[in-house]
Amino acid sequence: MDTLPILSILTWLPAIAAVLILLLPQIIKSPEAARANAARWIALIATLIVFGLALWMTLAFDETNPGYQFVERADWYGMIQYHLGIDGISVLLILLTAFLMPLCILASWTSIEKRVVEYMAAFLILQTLMIGVFCALDIVLFYIFFEAGLIPMYLIIGIWGGKNRVYAAYKFFLYTLLGSLFLLIAIAWMAITAKTTSIPDLQAFEFAKDAQTWLWLAFFASFAVKMPMWPVHTWLPDAHVEAPTAGSVILAGVLLKMGGYGFLRFSLPMFPEASNDFAPFIFALSGIAIVYTSLVAFRQTDIKKLIAYSSVAHMGFVTMGIFSGNEQGIQGAMFQMLSHGVISGALFLCVGVIYDRMHTREIAQYGGLVNRMPIYAAVFLLFTMGNVGLPGTSGFVGEILTMQGAFNVDPVTAMVAASGVILSAAYMLTLYRKVIFGVIVNPALNTITDMNAREILIFVPLIAAALYLGFQPNIIFDQTATSAVALVDAFHANFK
Amino acid sequence: MAINQTMTAELFFQQVPYILPEITLAAGALIIMLIGAFMGDKGARLVTWLCVATILAAGSIAVLHMPPEQVVVFSGSYAADGFSAYAKLIIALTASSALLLSIDFLAEKKLDKPEFPVLALLATLGMFIMVSAHDLIALYVGVEMQSLALYVLAAYARDDAKSSEAGLKYFVLGALSSGLLLYGCSLVYGFTGSVNFDVIAAQVAGERSIGVVFGLVFILCGLAFKMSAAPFHMWTPDVYEGSPTVSTAFFASAPKVAASVLFARVCFEAFGPLQKDWLGIVIIMAVLSMAIGALFALQQTNIKRLLAYSSIANMGYALVAIACGPEFGPKALLVFVSIYAITSVGLFGVVLSLRNAEGERVETISALSGLSRSNPLLASALTMLLFSVMGIPPLAGFFGKWEVILATSSSGLLPLAIVLILASVVSAFYYLRIIKTVWFDEPRIAMVPVGASTTLTLTGATFVLAALTLVIGLVGSAASIAGAGFH
Repeated sequence: MDTLPILSILTWLPAIAAVLILLLPQIIKSPEAARANAARWIALIATLIVFGLALWMTLAFDETNPGYQFVERADWYGMIQYHLGIDGISVLLILLTAFLMPLCILASWTSIEKRVVEYMAAFLILQTLMIGVFCALDIVLFYIFFEAGLIPMYLIIGIWGGKNRVYAAYKFFLYTLLGSLFLLIAIAWMAITAKTTSIPDLQAFEFAKDAQTWLWLAFFASFAVKMPMWPVHTWLPDAHVEAPTAGSVILAGVLLKMGGYGFLRFSLPMFPEASNDFAPFIFALSGIAIVYTSLVAFRQTDIKKLIAYSSVAHMGFVTMGIFSGNEQGIQGAMFQMLSHGVISGALFLCVGVIYDRMHTREIAQYGGLVNRMPIYAAVFLLFTMGNVGLPGTSGFVGEILTMQGAFNVDPVTAMVAASGVILSAAYMLTLYRKVIFGVIVNPALNTITDMNAREILIFVPLIAAALYLGFQPNIIFDQTATSAVALVDAFHANFK
Repeated sequence: MAINQTMTAELFFQQVPYILPEITLAAGALIIMLIGAFMGDKGARLVTWLCVATILAAGSIAVLHMPPEQVVVFSGSYAADGFSAYAKLIIALTASSALLLSIDFLAEKKLDKPEFPVLALLATLGMFIMVSAHDLIALYVGVEMQSLALYVLAAYARDDAKSSEAGLKYFVLGALSSGLLLYGCSLVYGFTGSVNFDVIAAQVAGERSIGVVFGLVFILCGLAFKMSAAPFHMWTPDVYEGSPTVSTAFFASAPKVAASVLFARVCFEAFGPLQKDWLGIVIIMAVLSMAIGALFALQQTNIKRLLAYSSIANMGYALVAIACGPEFGPKALLVFVSIYAITSVGLFGVVLSLRNAEGERVETISALSGLSRSNPLLASALTMLLFSVMGIPPLAGFFGKWEVILATSSSGLLPLAIVLILASVVSAFYYLRIIKTVWFDEPRIAMVPVGASTTLTLTGATFVLAALTLVIGLVGSAASIAGAGFH
């Protein structure tokens, strides 16, 4: 098993499939439809293989070992190494990525009609970069994957997006670029100071107190934008609204997690003192994010925008949990990231189902869908409840744990956050009532059809995941516990 | 190891191998000029290929004959070292690709005369002399040799008013800057009593006289003009726009490498002890170039003008590398400018490939709309080149910027790195605008396939750039060996 470079295979397999897809026009001369179909099938098969491998890797992962596993290391450029490896924090994020991708491909099966070949290739390349982010153990390699993700996402929003796609694509790109370039300067400085770019070595290196402060801020600039935290979240609603359904799923499901992953992987272990100093600042921002964006969500007239704001609120729980610096908080943040990946992904897919039929996301255009789409109403209800954080769904576990973690450190923030749970119930249930219940007013809805087999197939794994994680949260905690405890111990060792 | 005795015939022949690349170019230029004269205009294509072969041969000789450590020959006027060998290779590669681009273009405009490639060859000779210059006379001869050939290339389309204007503008301003350069050289000579870089360095290390500092300022201003760094950049957009596009492709690549490498050599070798004096000048020029390059490009609608401002900004980044000093600067500079020069040739390859349905060449950004539909391969190449020049990983341009930022951290110039990234974000906006036009807009103009040699060069540049990502380790170690000579 040591000889099989499983992480490299996971990372590069989608890229190879993408190249294959891009070569299709050379192989299949005509007609265009045949090319598009071949691209869809190649993408689906490749992502399914990746999912299978990721699942196998997760099972083979030794959860009692706090170190990095499946490590691959080779010299690359100067002190930069091709260094991959996973621990309890990254393994499940890779699995989440691999899990969501085939669903995204299926969700785009018919709703993407133009430039299918390029679309599938862009998605597969994006998958390579996302998996690369989570398994890179060299900080520059991490940055390369992290930043390169901008290219496919910019194209996905810009080419296949809605009306205002160009504006959204620019905003997404420039916002993220500005944040991550500060990260680059910090990385360069750390590489020079510590004379290494290896993440495990940097985690062991003790940076001076003054340096920690500005390094922490530089990392924060990048991850806070990615996360996104209030007040730098404004790119997210635009990007979500304009992105195609699968783009939104990946954005909410995986790309946002890179911010939280970055805090866990870099900010906390590398700059423990600065993290401790800035914790109240993060708590304040998280509290504002949870309450403020929940209120903003309440006022939205566009379904996708509402869910986007709700994502910002839910990410507030993640940052709050991470910077509480205790085991409950960090475990809860990890859980919340995974659960949010499943639930918000599913919610965007739910929007996609009706958008494909009606081509509008205005809440006012809907109403009474339960009369025509009973299966859809049930599925949507489940994920609405998940988003609210109803016990029994995965949404509950993460919220309660992060609040518990925060309560040990800062009870006020935890109480503010708890009020966010109520607000989320208010806006989600209102949305549900307006879209699903009542009588059909809009005559166009009279002919709407319920979910077809392909769509049901997409939702089955998501439903299973949301419920299974809700009832059996330990399946996650078993994987993350050792790494989380090691992280917390290392963090607190600095203050004893 | 300076060979500095009185010149005898034996010594002369002993030193000749070190200037073999230049001899190849000079002899090649004379022979090819004769061939061109005998064959007339119908020999243009053959002459171009011969020039390309000569330049590539000279570049390879420079690398293969690279001495293990710096050798200064001909009474201290000429340095052969890794730094110059690396620069010569890049100059040879980019200059020959720019020449390849010219074949189709000039044939179409009925400008295919043998003078064009021969002038480009002579300019390349000038650049080779520039990067190896080790005294003020070789410096001036190299710069002038390059510039005089470039003035003619700018005005090459004689029946075109814009091209003549570009040539004239370039010449008048260029002559002014040459005057500054020469005046600076004479001041330095007057106050130190020597034109040799080593002697100057030894002199200024002992005693810093205000006259030498004045001379230094004039020399740096003259060189900044040649590399189109702000505030001496005014000519760049006009000359880029007015010149025939193949000449612009030539201006934007190899001469930038030569000028920035010469700039570094003057700062590090001749005026190394005066680092305090030149550092401020270099930093101001770097910041101004980055700011002007980034902000003024936002308003441009002509793609050549936009690329002109882009090259000003990129020269700003190169100056940041120079500001990092002789210990950390050279490697960063070499990696950065080599990647930039290759990208530049590629970008002009795309500009040369653009034409509308009537087959006329177009130069506005809006003409690119929907290129991804009409010519997906060209569009993909352009997109890659733009993301690279933006510095987005994993493309090669990222590693250029990474090296520069790494050098600023090593030398404690982090504020410059912050200016650099702010400029990068602003520039990203206008590069993204091109990508947006290519991918998001509907096609308006049908694109016609272009000639074979353009496609060849374009594919080559893109391929090299893509491959650079994979072999960036090689480039980096080559550059660090090449840049190690200064400390």
